Parts: sequence; C-alpha cells; structure tokens
Amino acid sequence: MAITTEKKQQRSDVILEYLRPRKKFPNVWCPGCGNGVVMAAYIRAIAKLGLSKDEVAMVSGIGCTSRLPVYLDFNSLHTTHGRSLAFGTGVKFARPELKVVAISGDGDSLAIGGNHFIHACRRNIDITLILINNHIYGMTGGQGSPTTPSAKFSTTTPYGNAEKHFEPCDLAIAAGASFVGRGTVYHSAQLEKLIADGISHRGFSMIEVISNCHTYYGRLNREGDAVAMMNAFNEKTVTKARAAKMTEEELRDKWVIGTLHVDDKTEFCDEYQAVVDRLAAK
Amino acid sequence: MSKSKKKLMQGNAACVNGAIYAGMRFFAGYPITPSTEIAEVSARELPKIGGRFIQMEDEIASIAAIVGASVSGLKSMTGTSGPGYSLMLENIGYAYMAEAPLVVVNVQRGGPSTGLPTKVSQSDTMQARWGTHGDYTAIAVAPSTVEDTLTETIRAFNLAERFRTPVTVLLDEVIGHSRAMVRIPEPGEVEVFNRVKPTSKPEDFVAFEMTPNLVSPMPAYGEGYRYNTTGLTHDEYGFPTNRADEIKPKLDKLRNKIMNYTDEIIKMRVEMLDDADVVIVSYGSVSRCALQAASIARKAGFKVGCVQLYTIWPFPDKQLTDLLGKCKKILVGELNMGQIAAEIRRVLGPDKEIHTLQRYDGEIMTPMQMLEKLEEMI
Amino acid sequence: MNEAASPSGAEPKPKAKSKYDYSNGPLPLNINLGWCKACNICIALCPQQVFEPDRDGKPVQARPDDCTQCTICWIHCPDFAITSNYR
Repeated sequence: MAITTEKKQQRSDVILEYLRPRKKFPNVWCPGCGNGVVMAAYIRAIAKLGLSKDEVAMVSGIGCTSRLPVYLDFNSLHTTHGRSLAFGTGVKFARPELKVVAISGDGDSLAIGGNHFIHACRRNIDITLILINNHIYGMTGGQGSPTTPSAKFSTTTPYGNAEKHFEPCDLAIAAGASFVGRGTVYHSAQLEKLIADGISHRGFSMIEVISNCHTYYGRLNREGDAVAMMNAFNEKTVTKARAAKMTEEELRDKWVIGTLHVDDKTEFCDEYQAVVDRLAAK
Repeated sequence: MSKSKKKLMQGNAACVNGAIYAGMRFFAGYPITPSTEIAEVSARELPKIGGRFIQMEDEIASIAAIVGASVSGLKSMTGTSGPGYSLMLENIGYAYMAEAPLVVVNVQRGGPSTGLPTKVSQSDTMQARWGTHGDYTAIAVAPSTVEDTLTETIRAFNLAERFRTPVTVLLDEVIGHSRAMVRIPEPGEVEVFNRVKPTSKPEDFVAFEMTPNLVSPMPAYGEGYRYNTTGLTHDEYGFPTNRADEIKPKLDKLRNKIMNYTDEIIKMRVEMLDDADVVIVSYGSVSRCALQAASIARKAGFKVGCVQLYTIWPFPDKQLTDLLGKCKKILVGELNMGQIAAEIRRVLGPDKEIHTLQRYDGEIMTPMQMLEKLEEMI
Repeated sequence: MNEAASPSGAEPKPKAKSKYDYSNGPLPLNINLGWCKACNICIALCPQQVFEPDRDGKPVQARPDDCTQCTICWIHCPDFAITSNYR
C-alpha cells in the first residue's frame, strides 16, 4: 500500500494496531452506532499522545458503551453497572503512574453510578471519563435514562417522559471536575482533540459525547437512522465561542461543544502523595 | 506503630496489623459500627509505609476500589459490618468471577437490617457463603480472640493470594472492640504468600489459564501483560462467552480450585477430644466461652471436649465427620439462630444427637449459660 | 468540475478538485467488507460523493478521482472498515 508515514498526519490504519488480538470483529454494536466512532477518536488520541499500551488502564461499567474497552489492547476492567469510576479510583490510586480512562454511558454514569460520578469529580482524581450520552438505555432495549429529555419516548416512558433530565457537564463542573468538555460523534476530529486534552489534563476530566442510538431512541422518537441523527448533531450544536453571543432562547435545544471548563485544582493522588512524603520526612 | 512488639490493642487494630504484616497496602472503606476502627487505624498507618487509604463514598464504592487496586497489583482490604457487607455483595461476586484476591472483614453485629450496631452476633455466617448470587465457592475464616485476629488476618491474605479469591474474615463486635496485649510477629516469622506471577511471554499470556492447580498466574498492570477482566462469564482469555463448553469449565474452575485443596484451607482447634462423650462445636468469640465451659465441666468429672472452627467456609465436612464420629452428643453454640448447626446436621446426618445453644439477643455467650445447657444434655 | 445535488434542495455545492492522482496507484481507500455493516454513514457524509452503495448497502468507490483524502469517511466509520491507501 502506498501509505505515507508523515509524522504530522495521523495514519488511517493506526487504529488497527490497538485492537485486541483474538477479539472478534465486526464489533457487537448496531450498524452506525456512535460508540465505534468514539472508539476510533479515542485511539487516535492515544496514538497522538504517544502513550504506550502498558501505561493506560481502561475501566467501564455495563451497557453498550461499556463494551468498548474489551476490544482494545490495554489492561481493561469491565466492571459492574455504574461502578466504573469506583473501580477506576482503586486502579488509579493504587497505581498513580497509570493513565486511567473510564468509558461509560449516560445511565451507567448518572443513574446507578451517579454517586460515584459526583465523588470522582469532587476528588478531582486523575481519571478521564468519556461519557457517551445517547439519551437512552440501549443494551437493555430502550428504557429512559437520566438524560432522556422531557416528553421524549422510551419503553419506560411510553407516553412521554414526565421527568426532567441531567446536564452531565453542568453536574460535573458543579461537583468539582477540573476539565469538562462536550463533543459529538459527528464532530469526530474535534472529539479526538478533546479526548487528548482530557487525558493530558492532570485532574478529573469528563468528556460528554453526544451519540446516536438510532435503534431505540431514534426509532421511538422518530429522529431517524444513524445518518439522520448524526446530521442533526451537526445542526444542533454550537461552539462555545458562538454560544457566548447567543441568547438563552437561541440556545435552547442546542448543545454547546468544545472545552467548557478547565481549572488547575490540585489532584487527589498528588495531595495524598504529599501527605506520604510529609510523613516520610519526619 | 511503636517500636516495642507487644502492644495493647483492639481486635480491629490487630486485624489491621495482621493485614499490614501480610503485605496489605491498599484500603478503601466506609465507616460502620463496629468496624470503623479498622478504617481509622488503616488511615493512620498506611501512609507511613507508602500504602494508600481512601474513605470512599459508600460500601459499594469501597469494594469496587479494592477490586480495582487488587487487579492492578496491590494487596487490598476493606472492613465493614452486616449492612455494609450486604451492599458489597454484588462486587464481591464480581471478585469471585474475576478471581481477584482480596480480604473483606465483617465485624458482625445484630441484624437483620440496621439491627444492633453496637451489639454482637454471628448472624452473617451463611451470608459469607451464599450472600451474592450465582454458583461460587467461598472462603471465610473466624478468629476468636484479639491475638488470633492478627494471625487469622495474615492467613486470610495468604489464602486470598494463593487461591485468587475474596476471603471473608468473620469477626464480631466483641472481638473487634475487646483489648488485649498482642505481639506483632517479626518479619519472616510468619509465612506470607504472594500471588503467582506469569512467566510466559506477553503475547502467549492466557489471562485465566486452566493451570494444573486451576489458579491462573496474575500479573500487575503495567508489567507488559494486558488482558480483559470482566464480570461476564468468560473464556480463558477473559472474553465474554455464551458457549456451554466455555461456561461450565469456568464455573468448575471457581469451585475446584478451592475444593480440590481444602487441606490447605481447613483449620480447626481441637481440645480434650480423645475421650470426650460430649463435644462443643463453636467458632468466633463463642469458642473462648466453650473452652472455659469444657474446662469447668472436666473438673466436675464430665468428659467434654471442644472443636473450634477457624475456617468456616469451605465447611470441614470430612474433618468433622472424622473428629465427631465417636462422641455421643454434640452441642453447637453460636450467636445466631443455628446457621452452622444446620451445616453440622447436614454433615453428621439425622441420627447424631445434636443440641444447639443459640443466643441472638445481642449479648455475649457466657460459660455459665453453656454449663447449664451441658447439664441439661448430659 | 462536477456538480453535486444537495439533499436539501439548496444551491448545489461545487465539488473540490482532488490533489491526489490515483491513475497509477491503488484506489484512494481500502474497504474491509467483512467488517462493514452497511450503516451508510460514509456514503452520506462524504462531501465529494465518492461512494455509491452496492447491492448490500456497503460502499463502492464509484468516483474515486473525486476523493480529496479529507478523512471524513474513515474517522466516522464505527467499524474501522475504511482505511486510506494514501494516508
């Protein structure tokens, strides 16, 4: 193949180097599922950062999204529903030299995992959470999730959702996360950069990715197939810079994408190490 | 820790000292009476030796964190009581499936539910065997004094590392909060066992290999071996499977890796048994009472012996059958409604005369109580 | 320059001229039909309309000369079924 290997361009086949040997492809997700797009952006980010496979540990919970790490050639801990950040805290705190990346869905992170979500943000532990938000519980067949918008349909909100929904980024910022960003599966190139920035950031990084579950959410809410949903993500997003010039009315039903919040709060493992060092010096 | 090797301490503190001796360097926990001192002592001692302590947001997070720490390479532990252990069950099950070595200390109190936070029971004995869902084999040990809490905790870690499995230490409120003089062993005095590491080339590594003794070597993260750990039933490589010919071997492995080696796990203390007509079977804090009652009975001329179970699970079927074959009557004393008595009945059959002394009012068993029962029996 | 019909019926966007010359080499892209699930994303998102669906819905490079190696197809493929032969 006549592939050029210029360092500044990402090679298109780099992703193949990070797939787990012996794991069967094609992957288990529906045709057109955004999870695969996120996985590709994530791998390109890892490759661009130059991280070795042994430096990275991945954790995930339960759900379609949480199946992601199983496909990749890193140490991966596929845990129980909602608990990826709790297991991940154990891994990171025990082995602070590892880069810990958590992959979780909206239900996994914000329903059953809600408590671990806010505490990981609060601790500002150096874990990167990629929260793939498809606004539904996909794996179990289309039930409502804490991010299913009001009045939308799911199998457990068959007459329209009577509840309100979380804004994961607002929650993360309020709880203390020091890097918060939002991307979409349409804006795949920007997503790669956002993930790379999140992983490089020392502290808890939360990247919400707006994704499509056209099999359930799309079908039940008449939002169309994968392509239609992805195009909608394009139309309904604005960058942070543009959003600053828009009214609240104009921003309703739009997603603001990009790096939404960064600060330099001290990180948990560093703080604990400082305690250890202080005791050792006595 | 002070330089002198003998120190006055609570059972809970003896537990932590034993754990640290065994190499524990990661503790994640949540406060719950009567186990909280285990967390507090760990919080104080671990940073002094480069270990890691974290108070997590709840018990579920605590057990999750110690599984994560164990899989990533550290010996890890948590301490809780009945209600916390109930919360932890799902992830304890995860540790069974993932074959993650770890120690969970349950300082038992009255139950069910919130029950009696400051009063003693042994009512979580069965839960340590069957609490979490599914088919699996459990290991649980029961210290009976402050001093043997230290040694049994070391043994719990050794068993966890040897068999790549969670081990429950069944303490109770009385032992946890009693104080005694405890000697911390010298380094090297008590054997400490570490998990077997792989020696294969990374590309040949099979994460859940069916080795001859069914315990797969376990690398730490970052050593060059990379594998998937999942709570889904999985094949030898750690990939989820739906195939009957991969599911059955995995479940058999979880059972047989322990049940084929019970000689390494079962531990009992036997006193005055040779000519005993009546044998008191007990475990945990009740055993001190049983020994006292048996000594008093012997002085009064009655042939009473004692069998103390240090290992509760796997239950010592064969050992008890051998030991108790000759005696005429058995008294099982426990601080619950007969959880182990039922096991003994199962093992010895319907024809053996088995009496039970069950105390479940939150109070400690007394030798006087046992003697009264023995009088009735003899 | 070819003109592309726009789905929304607006003024059709003129196609860009590709910098790549594919006449002496392989096709611009390599498609793994075993992994492709015919989700249609690459076909729909390609700004140059390089692809046409085959009988199974999987992409065929119908207008390879128009491919500008913009990367949109392979960075959006959820199944890693597309790689470039030039990048």
